[in-house]
Amino acid sequence: MDLRKLKTLIDLVSESNITELEITEAEGKVRIVKAGPQLPAGTPMMMMAPHTAAAPVAMASAAAAPAAAPAEPEQTGHIVKSPMVGTFYRSSSPGAKALVEVGQAVKEGESICIIEAMKIMNEIEADKSGTVVRVMAENGTAVEFGQPLFVIE
Amino acid sequence: MFKKILIANRGEIALRIQRACREMGIKSVVVYSEADREAKYVKLADEAVCIGPAPSAQSYLNMPAIIATAEVTDAEAIHPGYGFLAENADFAERVEKSGFTFIGPSPESIRLMGDKVSAKQSMIRSGVPCVPGSEGALTDDPKTIVQAARAIGYPVIIKASGGGGGRGMRVVHTEAALLHAVQTTRSEAGAAFGNSSVYMEKFLQNPRHVEIQVLADQHRNAVWLGERDCSMQRRHQKIIEEAPAPGIARRIIERIGDRCAAACKKIGYRGAGTFEFLFENGEFYFIEMNTRIQVEHPVTELVTGIDIVQMQIRVAAGEKLPFTQRQIQMRGHAIECRVNAEDPYKFTPSPGRITMWHPPGGPGVRVDSHAYTNYTVPPNYDSMIGKIIVHGDTRDQALARMRTALSEMVVEGIQTNIALHRELMVDAKFIEGGTNIHYLESWLEHRKR
Repeated sequence: MDLRKLKTLIDLVSESNITELEITEAEGKVRIVKAGPQLPAGTPMMMMAPHTAAAPVAMASAAAAPAAAPAEPEQTGHIVKSPMVGTFYRSSSPGAKALVEVGQAVKEGESICIIEAMKIMNEIEADKSGTVVRVMAENGTAVEFGQPLFVIE
Repeated sequence: MFKKILIANRGEIALRIQRACREMGIKSVVVYSEADREAKYVKLADEAVCIGPAPSAQSYLNMPAIIATAEVTDAEAIHPGYGFLAENADFAERVEKSGFTFIGPSPESIRLMGDKVSAKQSMIRSGVPCVPGSEGALTDDPKTIVQAARAIGYPVIIKASGGGGGRGMRVVHTEAALLHAVQTTRSEAGAAFGNSSVYMEKFLQNPRHVEIQVLADQHRNAVWLGERDCSMQRRHQKIIEEAPAPGIARRIIERIGDRCAAACKKIGYRGAGTFEFLFENGEFYFIEMNTRIQVEHPVTELVTGIDIVQMQIRVAAGEKLPFTQRQIQMRGHAIECRVNAEDPYKFTPSPGRITMWHPPGGPGVRVDSHAYTNYTVPPNYDSMIGKIIVHGDTRDQALARMRTALSEMVVEGIQTNIALHRELMVDAKFIEGGTNIHYLESWLEHRKR
């Protein structure tokens, strides 16, 4: 099971208004339920693996095939995808301010993040002008080719 | 032993390497292009990372992407498979400089054997018999070129030093055609390989292709794991391979095998490799060495009982070979048929969705394939989608098992060359054994009429 993808799903449910998300793939299914302040007695809770997720979630699942896109409300806006494999950083050096924040306006060609690979910091540019509405990758984590990084509207 | 290996390849060999890692308890990371998202080994991977779009240049040949993936996944070693970057000395060097183990020989060995002129010179120094030839690259001087051809005797073949695998070659039958042929081969080589150096060899009329599998560790042990006969070829591409080579006296094989193992020790080779020879009139003639695992490695695995991919990993991790030459026994006979997604007689590629994939089974039958029902064969890579390999106590039993296996195999939705293999398995001359490298092409010619 791809833990990175699972974590992305958990974060999405956490941050949105969704209370329950179920995805069925050929390999099995994942159901993520956002717990309220109190869980009814006897609710089955199975933790698949230790997670640093802040919101309490319960998962009942088999292995999840890499999900291309979660089944959440239609994502409008342009998704900036990673052009390379590497480690994603919001700022150009540790401790420095993030290059862009949610709500910030960006111009096409402006640097919006860094992806580090083989000791080289690659500045990734916005491929569209607009406002950053969402950051989809986590600072300091590995990203692959085609992975969503930002949403610009 | 490594805790995590990155598999820098695709298709059936990626699955093969993944299986070896899994069996050894080693985690594996699979890289894939966007076209290979649905591959079986990607779905089964411990970790899978998309490294680029479909074109090989941006994915499987993309060195920074592959090394970056090793970095972010904390892989310790990289297995390059075959093709793509497997014999790219620069890649091997960059992998090592980046702090990872390249599962294969040193960059120096790759470079030495990658240049066909230096490979040949090295083999001559190591006492491995070579095709009589120009003893080095041809100069521009027409006189020496003509003299070299006269000394060798027509017909001769002009080959590109940077070529290999059947590419960059031209046969010359008469002196009148010689200089022009050399010139043309030079320009083609310059364009195709970035290296216009060419050399000349005697052209053998009816040779068989017989190769020797070797394995060397980092403790100066080197062994040979028997031979393979890969004479059934079309346009220099192997279609059927078998081990052992039918009808060749064992002591002749032993002599050449020992020379190959000795050559490995002399050049400090490590890992798996194959010495390719042309065999004619009882004599072996070295043509080139492949410094990687080969497609047809399963036939050797079945007759020796040795897992060559696992041995590659063990050697790379610094282990000693767990057997001596004397302990290596060849038992029975193995045959491999390469299954290609193509028209069986026109050879036009046939990518697309496999609507039904039903592989054969039973005693002595092995299928190495990443395909499955509803898998879509992408159009971007070579057409081989699997291999059927059989083993029998005798060659006749192996042939019978292959016929049975081919009769059971069903692939629908795309075309494959299974129909061609079925015909070849009942061909009288092939059954007799010992057909040369021109046989299949003349068989296909005759079939057309």
